[in-house]
Amino acid sequence: MATTDMAGPGFRPAPDRRPFILRNPSVMYFLAALAVFTLGVTLLSEATGVGFLSTSFVKTLGKTLCLCLVAVAMDVVWGYCGILSLGHMAFFGIGGYAIGMWLMYARTEIIVAESLAASVIPPTPDEVRDAIGSQIFGVVGASEFPWVWGFASSLPLQLLMVVAVPGLLALVFGWLAFRTRVAGVYLSILTQAMTLALALYLFQNDSGLRGNNGLSGLQNIPGYGETSQDVISIAFFWASALALALGYVLFAWVVSGKMGSVVRGIRDNEARVRFLGYHVESYKLFIFTLTAVVAGIAGALYYPQAGIINPAELAPIASIYLAVWVAVGGRGRLYGAVIGAAFVSLLSSWFTGGGAPAINLGFYRIQWTDWWLILLGLSFVGVTLFAPKGIGGLFDLIAERRTPDRTGDYGPNDGAWRKEEGREE
Amino acid sequence: MSTLLEVSGVSVSFDGFRAINNLSIQIAEPELRAVIGPNGAGKTTFMDIITGKTRPDEGRVLWGEKSVSLLSLSESQIARQGIGRKFQKPTVFEAQSVRENLRMSLKNPRGPFDVLLARGKPDDETRIDEIAAEIGLTEALGRRAGELSHGQKQWLEVGMLLAQDPRLLLVDEPAAGMTPAEREHTTDLLKRAAQTRAVVVVEHDMEFVRRLNCKVTVLHEGSVLAEGSLDHVTKNKDVIDVYLGR
Repeated sequence: MATTDMAGPGFRPAPDRRPFILRNPSVMYFLAALAVFTLGVTLLSEATGVGFLSTSFVKTLGKTLCLCLVAVAMDVVWGYCGILSLGHMAFFGIGGYAIGMWLMYARTEIIVAESLAASVIPPTPDEVRDAIGSQIFGVVGASEFPWVWGFASSLPLQLLMVVAVPGLLALVFGWLAFRTRVAGVYLSILTQAMTLALALYLFQNDSGLRGNNGLSGLQNIPGYGETSQDVISIAFFWASALALALGYVLFAWVVSGKMGSVVRGIRDNEARVRFLGYHVESYKLFIFTLTAVVAGIAGALYYPQAGIINPAELAPIASIYLAVWVAVGGRGRLYGAVIGAAFVSLLSSWFTGGGAPAINLGFYRIQWTDWWLILLGLSFVGVTLFAPKGIGGLFDLIAERRTPDRTGDYGPNDGAWRKEEGREE
Repeated sequence: MSTLLEVSGVSVSFDGFRAINNLSIQIAEPELRAVIGPNGAGKTTFMDIITGKTRPDEGRVLWGEKSVSLLSLSESQIARQGIGRKFQKPTVFEAQSVRENLRMSLKNPRGPFDVLLARGKPDDETRIDEIAAEIGLTEALGRRAGELSHGQKQWLEVGMLLAQDPRLLLVDEPAAGMTPAEREHTTDLLKRAAQTRAVVVVEHDMEFVRRLNCKVTVLHEGSVLAEGSLDHVTKNKDVIDVYLGR
């Protein structure tokens, strides 16, 4: 995002009292583009429009918006604050699990109620609960409700879990890591370990979350059994678009003004910010936790559209993809993250879904389902080496505005003066 | 004049090398003090200890009227106590504008939520303009700090120090890379700052120190070799030996 005062020499801006959005044209352009896109999809969908877009494609677009939201969060934590977290998809997954537990519980409760309604003696609450338990956990050979399902019967409480669990995990993990000044590549490894540990834990059958089966049937919204998926898909699409809009404005506000100065200062030269009297660790913790909460919300909107969540969603590779999207789209600008996530994830589903025609070289046939990952890897390396500003950098060309390349490397958590500081002080 | 900073009996070693050896220095408020010494005398380490970057093995560093021990405080807490530091190499935030650099340095609440919810006060902008005028960067307020010349970056960093409004300024080789005219300006600025606060200047350049016209502390091998006026210390036999070789 452009800095707020790029005014000419000697220009003294009067204190700007306009609303935040008006002061930041890039936010306005983004919201306008998102509104046009949402309207377009609405008019073309099956439920509310001419039916040009299939329901499954509307779901793909809705999921993509959720990925854009988590990418914006990733851009704030990495592109602005310089913390290369390779674990943010864990928070996304936790959000998905949190909402998934309520979806599964409530829907199973309805099914059980229907089947027990026929019985002569009305079932006791315990019987109902046991029946729900054996429905949900039969697949892992259990029927007892584990303690983590304690709130699963209540939508408000489980919605609270969507933000509380990622937030608390990020707070505790971040506090431990930042307090001991773990930074750079070590912090990245630590976040990878966190998401891997979570995934491995969830894979266990006795973790209480159905092991590698994960939670399924999440596309069926309890209470809306009669509503067709056409309508549900467009409703979730709208919700995702709204969440992206709100998340974008929130983060644009956080990284603007003085907070943005301090956060970018931490990215470029942490030690200097400390000597200015700012407690760097608190700032990192704030950004880390806030982005984790937003990632949780994005996950909670994503998985009902995906229909299923399993521990593989929390595997380290997912968080690495997230970093790739942000890098391809352009770090340090929020719309870059949105572009990167949308572009790469849609392209990915086109290639891996068999949409891309295979190329016959005569001696070899390139099947994109096999070669897509290699193409993605190569383009990631290419972007890192030759276009560090990513796709978002194209906007600078269009605007003929020059943002000087940052000196030094973009290393995970290092400032521009890392080498010099190491030598001299 | 009262004692603002008292360093006594401080020693620190890195891998067996004694960078600071039983060092004791007192700085009053207001005062202008020059610290000189050959390479490796421990000048930068001395500043690192005061600002909390390096923890000494032994000794005391006491601050202010209440004699707070700085050794138990973190870097950011020490900075908030009112100790500002200018680095040898200009370290400004190159990706941000001069105005943003100064705004970040202004003396204001430093907590994340204070900063997040801070609304730009008109007073702050006025203060930024004043500082910019003082450091000759009024024309450059909207420019990115990374585009500035080396000398201008030095100025900007001095400006950031002034914006912090510290009680003690630690300035590491402020005149490096400056033209003679700029040096003169720097001398004036430091002298003016020292009328109301304590300023400690670490410098190699004797001519610059002479122009500061203040009390001089000579460091050698991590301890004080001599202290007094520049004429006094340059007549000292030990100082001559250290500077001219034995």
